[in-house]
Amino acid sequence: MAELSASAPVAHKDYHASKMGMWLFLFTEILLFGGLFLLYATYRAKFPQAFHEGGKTLDVFLGGLNTVVLITSSLTVALSITALRRGAVVFCQTLLAFTVACAGAFMVNKVIEWSAKFHHGLIPGSEHMGQLPQGQSIFYGLYFAMTGLHGIHVVIGASVLLWVMLLIKQGKVTGQDYVVLENAGLYWHIVDLVWIYLFPLFYLIS
Amino acid sequence: MTQTQTTQLEGHGHDHEHAPLGYRFLTLIWVGLMLLTVATVAVAKVDLGYMNVIVALGVASLKASLVIFFFMHLKYENWIIKGMVLTAFVILAIAIGLTFVDVGYRY
Repeated sequence: MAELSASAPVAHKDYHASKMGMWLFLFTEILLFGGLFLLYATYRAKFPQAFHEGGKTLDVFLGGLNTVVLITSSLTVALSITALRRGAVVFCQTLLAFTVACAGAFMVNKVIEWSAKFHHGLIPGSEHMGQLPQGQSIFYGLYFAMTGLHGIHVVIGASVLLWVMLLIKQGKVTGQDYVVLENAGLYWHIVDLVWIYLFPLFYLIS
Repeated sequence: MTQTQTTQLEGHGHDHEHAPLGYRFLTLIWVGLMLLTVATVAVAKVDLGYMNVIVALGVASLKASLVIFFFMHLKYENWIIKGMVLTAFVILAIAIGLTFVDVGYRY
């Protein structure tokens, strides 16, 4: 409390600039993944058969389950903003905790999936993957690179949400001053957005 | 505790033209996203030739729009942010489109 009243008068906050800055950052994320999607598209045009066969080896159930998990976690983040703004702080924290749990579930599924691939000798950078026919080698290379980079984003997003939960607990993010939660939510939605494209392009193309 | 802090912060809080989106509304968007997910998995089982990719990307883009406009609140942002987002996606479309003009005539 003492801390808050000491810092409150000097704190200058620009709500719109804050959000705009977050969107600008998100554009760099969109272009980062966009570049990888571009690689995917061109190689798929070159090796349609290999991509078709490769897609068949991916687990549609696990991929679909992860889609449901991420979309649901996107909902809970969106709901948490409404909860905070309506003053339902405990509900907001519960929703955020659920979102972080979803991130954990997503990563557990990812580990199961990748382990199965590793078990078949499909390990990024391994000799076996290098010796595969070119199209297959590229398909699995892109699969690991894109789902891997996405997985890193899931971990970062969950960490950011945990940090915001702490800020809410400390009273630094409130129903009147919630742009930090909104921006963290925007990041989480981008993670969901990338998966919305990754899922059909890798798992459903067979 | 929270109530006191709330009152203190009110001084430099910000007014928004928009009330927070309702729980029910957001949940309906989620239902839409779930239905589209089921649809995209179901359609993938039917062999439509090259149309499969187009349908899959179409459904994905519809889902992406729901996420961007409602979950990410873009529908309720000012025109500057809307214009920025549009610009980013147009740039991405140009990058992908021009690449295909090249790739399409090479293979």
